[in-house]
Amino acid sequence: MMNKINKIYPNGVVANKDVDFSVRRGEIHALVGENGAGKSTLMKILFGIEKPTEGSIYYKGKKLIINSPLDAINYGFGMVHQHFMLVESMSVSENIVLGSEPGSSWKINSNIQDEEAKKIMEKYNFKINVKAKISDLSIGLRQKVEILKALYKGAEVLILDEPTAVLTPQETVELFEQLKALKAQGHTIIFISHKLNEIKEICDRISIMRNGTLVGVYDVNAVTKDEISDLMVGKSVNWEVLKTPTKKGKVLLKVKNLTVINEANFPCLKHVSFNLHSSTILGIVGVEGNGQKELVDSIAGLTKIESGEIILKDKKINTSSVEKIRELGLSHIPGDRMVRGIANESTIEENLLATHTKDERLFHKGFLKTKEIRKWSEELISEFQIKASSPKVPIKMLSGGNIQKVIVAREFSKNSDCIIANQPTRGIDIGAAKFIHLKLIELRDKGAGVLLLSADLSEIKSMSDSLLVIFNGQFVAYFEDANKVTEEQLGKFMLGVEKQDEKEIKRCEA
Amino acid sequence: MKKINFETKFEIIRFSVAILIALALSFIIILLVSDMPFLALQKLFLGPLENLRRFGNVIELAITLSFAGLSIAIIFSANQFNLAPEGAFYASGAISAMFVLTFPLPKIISPFLAIIIGGLIGAIICVIPALLKKKWGASELVSSLMLNFIVMYLAKYFINNKFKDPTCGYNATYILPDSSRLINIIPGTRIHFGLIIVVFTIFVCVVFMQKTKWGFQLLQTGRNVEFAKYVGINTSAIIIMSQAIGGFIAGMGGSIETLGMYNRFQWQSLPGYGFDGVIVAILAKNKPKYVPLAAFFLAYIRIGADKMATSTDVTSEMIAIIQGVIIMLVAATSFLSNTRQKMLIKKVRNNG
Repeated sequence: MMNKINKIYPNGVVANKDVDFSVRRGEIHALVGENGAGKSTLMKILFGIEKPTEGSIYYKGKKLIINSPLDAINYGFGMVHQHFMLVESMSVSENIVLGSEPGSSWKINSNIQDEEAKKIMEKYNFKINVKAKISDLSIGLRQKVEILKALYKGAEVLILDEPTAVLTPQETVELFEQLKALKAQGHTIIFISHKLNEIKEICDRISIMRNGTLVGVYDVNAVTKDEISDLMVGKSVNWEVLKTPTKKGKVLLKVKNLTVINEANFPCLKHVSFNLHSSTILGIVGVEGNGQKELVDSIAGLTKIESGEIILKDKKINTSSVEKIRELGLSHIPGDRMVRGIANESTIEENLLATHTKDERLFHKGFLKTKEIRKWSEELISEFQIKASSPKVPIKMLSGGNIQKVIVAREFSKNSDCIIANQPTRGIDIGAAKFIHLKLIELRDKGAGVLLLSADLSEIKSMSDSLLVIFNGQFVAYFEDANKVTEEQLGKFMLGVEKQDEKEIKRCEA
Repeated sequence: MKKINFETKFEIIRFSVAILIALALSFIIILLVSDMPFLALQKLFLGPLENLRRFGNVIELAITLSFAGLSIAIIFSANQFNLAPEGAFYASGAISAMFVLTFPLPKIISPFLAIIIGGLIGAIICVIPALLKKKWGASELVSSLMLNFIVMYLAKYFINNKFKDPTCGYNATYILPDSSRLINIIPGTRIHFGLIIVVFTIFVCVVFMQKTKWGFQLLQTGRNVEFAKYVGINTSAIIIMSQAIGGFIAGMGGSIETLGMYNRFQWQSLPGYGFDGVIVAILAKNKPKYVPLAAFFLAYIRIGADKMATSTDVTSEMIAIIQGVIIMLVAATSFLSNTRQKMLIKKVRNNG
């Protein structure tokens, strides 16, 4: 159905490389892959949100030209996004017919709308009060409205982007019933997911993506979960890291029974405990969205914690301000570089300076020491090999790798002994990544404790001394020696296929 | 370094082009409505230079517009669209008039205290929208606009009911005591001591924004509040501080305008200086060091337009339209620069 799809984003990221993806009519087809593997891009191309750089799409033997989601809808595609696209203040029926309102085009007739909505619900055996407001519905029901919306517009092919991520187990069961019923009525479903159990349960065939390429298409019954996870994770480029064995120092950071509940009232972290020692790199690995962000944010003082304790160098920092925590000796390379890591409009110098306002060398009684600051920032630029003509250059002029080096320079120039490095090398070139790795190891050898998070398994495996695997807001495995575990094994823990017993995990609290 | 030179050059060219287009457009408009288009154009652009008194008018207006521009520039630097300086101008003018009428004090002390009190009132007014936003998530744009009317009518109540001079033919306070007036510093004009205060205030603002830790933290907070929180800046405190400083400057501006330009307080509606401040701040790109230039430019256009209205047949409505066209075009260059910047980044990124 999709032929030789290539997608290169303007920033140079190759998201899809010669992908041939096909789906048979009337099947439930799973599309799996790690974050950044290119599944979402592929589906966005199919649904007309993104345009392919190259390649073509065929449907029922005809070549399609899809320029916008509207085209895709007209061809009979429907997409249920991970983040629902519903108007919360409007009723169920209004949302279902939105964009193709029945009746006269001048007047909106809510009775006809309700009738239409009821008709479509009867046809597919959904039961929702058509007059209810979206804002009053549960997440599971909202998802059903999304599906109905697509069906109402005549969707024959439904794309579901991680539909179960937001559902309770009961809602998931219900969703699967409905998907099976849709399949029985001749609809085709593309099911994007990380959850291998679910794929095994309802899908017919599976396409596996890695690094922008399609690595295999199988009948679900013909592959085991282990094989799928091996294919997903793959064996990527090895990071050769020169690293001497380390001797664990004293406990630097102690996290005890930490629970974090997010704004949507969802428990992102459930009673998590671990210790970070000096002179070690502790890796935390998991599929994105399993609580890593909340863990980092709560240590860095950026989110409210529900219960538990965080102790940095014998001081409880549960409710401390970011300023206090940083003063105690925490450095933090944020995972979302452009959102939080820099102020886009500011110069390199200003970005470097932002965490150093307490430094006597650079500030005198609240005044900037302009000359000293210039000299200091020039030194950092050369030490961290940032490619820029002057510290006065706006940071947004730099490439991603150089921006990351500015962040690293800022965070590493503080002599902190506790460092959180969240995706320190994501999306940057190998040279810059290597440089950052060497700096991290240098700091470790000087006695710093590093908490490393990365979506790149080979990076985290070669960098870390010990490893923790996080799944669904809890640790599911601990490896004292990161060298003694394979990426394939990690993959199984990350996807929740396997879990160590409590005792083994508890060792990370030593 | 080459890049910066390129940028500056580009700015100058763009500004000149905007002025030229504005000139051409206003000429076309004047041509359509006037029988003496060349005289009208001459009055518009050279009128303010005709004599010392007229040029004095430009400076007088520029003083007030500088206070307004500084106030808004600092408030906007925190990325807060708080328009309470408008109300602060009014309320502070009224308060200082009431103060000097109630407490007859000797020269120098009287205006000095009146300006300080005006500033404090301005600060309080401008902090309110920020507090409402922090506490209840109220949009500062809406709350500040509403607040302007609240403080105006409150001040007006006192002015028209407690301090009104019944012998005066219009609604105004009693005559302000001589000891409270700001002294004239250039004979032949009405330029008052406020000029010296405004120069000093600009200097302080430039130092504050460019050389102090607070100014630095304020800039970072305004540019990316997520970043500011992450690096450990107390963003709420910084935002509230910036609104207070901006409000204080607006308050000073209101008091100085009242004590420098009038012998009674007689504003019956909001003076519009807060909104003029927005124009000045946009032209100055929120940078205090460019505020006097922008304020001078706006004042010059205003006075030139007045002159054109009084000495030719171009009506006041047309004047407002021409002013609008000129300001819009010059302000539009800042918008253009944003697009240009974005294009440039894309280019750089693509090149690797």
